[in-house]
Amino acid sequence: MLDPQQVIDTYFLENRHMLLELAAFLDRYDVVVARQGEHAANEEKLAVIRQSLQVLSGNTSDTPRVEQLLELLATV
Amino acid sequence: MQIIQPHYHAIARTAQDYERMAMSGVVAVAEPAFWAGFDRRYPETFIDYFRQISEFEPTRAAQYGIRHFCWVAVNPKEAENPGLTREVLKHFPEFLSQPTCLGVGETGLHKSTANECDALAAHVELAMQHDQLVLIHTPHLADKADGTRRVLDVLAGLNVNPERIWIDHVEEQTIRPCLDAGYWVGMTLYPVTKCSPKRAVDMIEKYGTERILVNSSADWGPSDPFTLQECILEYRRRGYSVQNAIELFHNNPCRFLGQNPKFDICPIRIESIEKELV
Repeated sequence: MLDPQQVIDTYFLENRHMLLELAAFLDRYDVVVARQGEHAANEEKLAVIRQSLQVLSGNTSDTPRVEQLLELLATV
Repeated sequence: MQIIQPHYHAIARTAQDYERMAMSGVVAVAEPAFWAGFDRRYPETFIDYFRQISEFEPTRAAQYGIRHFCWVAVNPKEAENPGLTREVLKHFPEFLSQPTCLGVGETGLHKSTANECDALAAHVELAMQHDQLVLIHTPHLADKADGTRRVLDVLAGLNVNPERIWIDHVEEQTIRPCLDAGYWVGMTLYPVTKCSPKRAVDMIEKYGTERILVNSSADWGPSDPFTLQECILEYRRRGYSVQNAIELFHNNPCRFLGQNPKFDICPIRIESIEKELV
């Protein structure tokens, strides 16, 4: 098993990459909404993504984050 | 579709990559001088490397019908050795006269030290004296924004023609000042550490296609030449035509690299043929 520092150092870059992809996805949506002047008819999937970010930013549950997200993402 | 890969470190890749690139429509690659993964000690090591990319590598690419061009430079990571840089620069003219050498690159910055800035200025000045194109590397990750500003500062102090300079590895936080200053910019696609194909298309949608190059670099590290094709797929998936894609992924490299007459591949346009009557 890796030690705590190894976990951070080993997986930092790939998580940086995934965060940037997520940020780009949210920006992409905003740009298209601004360009077309209207939101998507159904924003449920986007709302779940935003809820997922709240789960990730919190640290209050005993349930692992992945399990919480899988439950949440299964709702759409 | 015909594709030009404007930044590709072929000597770090296999013949199978050439074969697969040829099968996917790549007609030409341009190979900037690169870091070897360790700091070279001797000018002669660079000279043999320049011979490899200007004489040997074109023969390897030709086996797959791909044109191979190159650039020469002391990589920014090795610019901390000013004496070595000066010695290597003395040999540039003999390589700049080679039939497939397009200019000076990739010079640029890595940690943006004083020695790196001096080496960048020396490379650019030499290129301008010899009427050459310039390809400039900008730093990665945490050093990106500051390093790109330093590159622009160095260039602002020199007598350069921005249209003949390509600032590479731009990302969302650095693309605008480079375009606003009149330079060409390159978006380099890597699986993890640089720009992604989707983000590149986002930037293309925001800034347009003028003075923009897309490449996948591809070296001996975690990289993939086919991130370029992935980007083309993403671009097409968003509804842009094949001609639009050709403009960006074939014709734009022709427009920039073609400023050097040695790069003789011309922009192309798809033409419809009237339905033939049997």
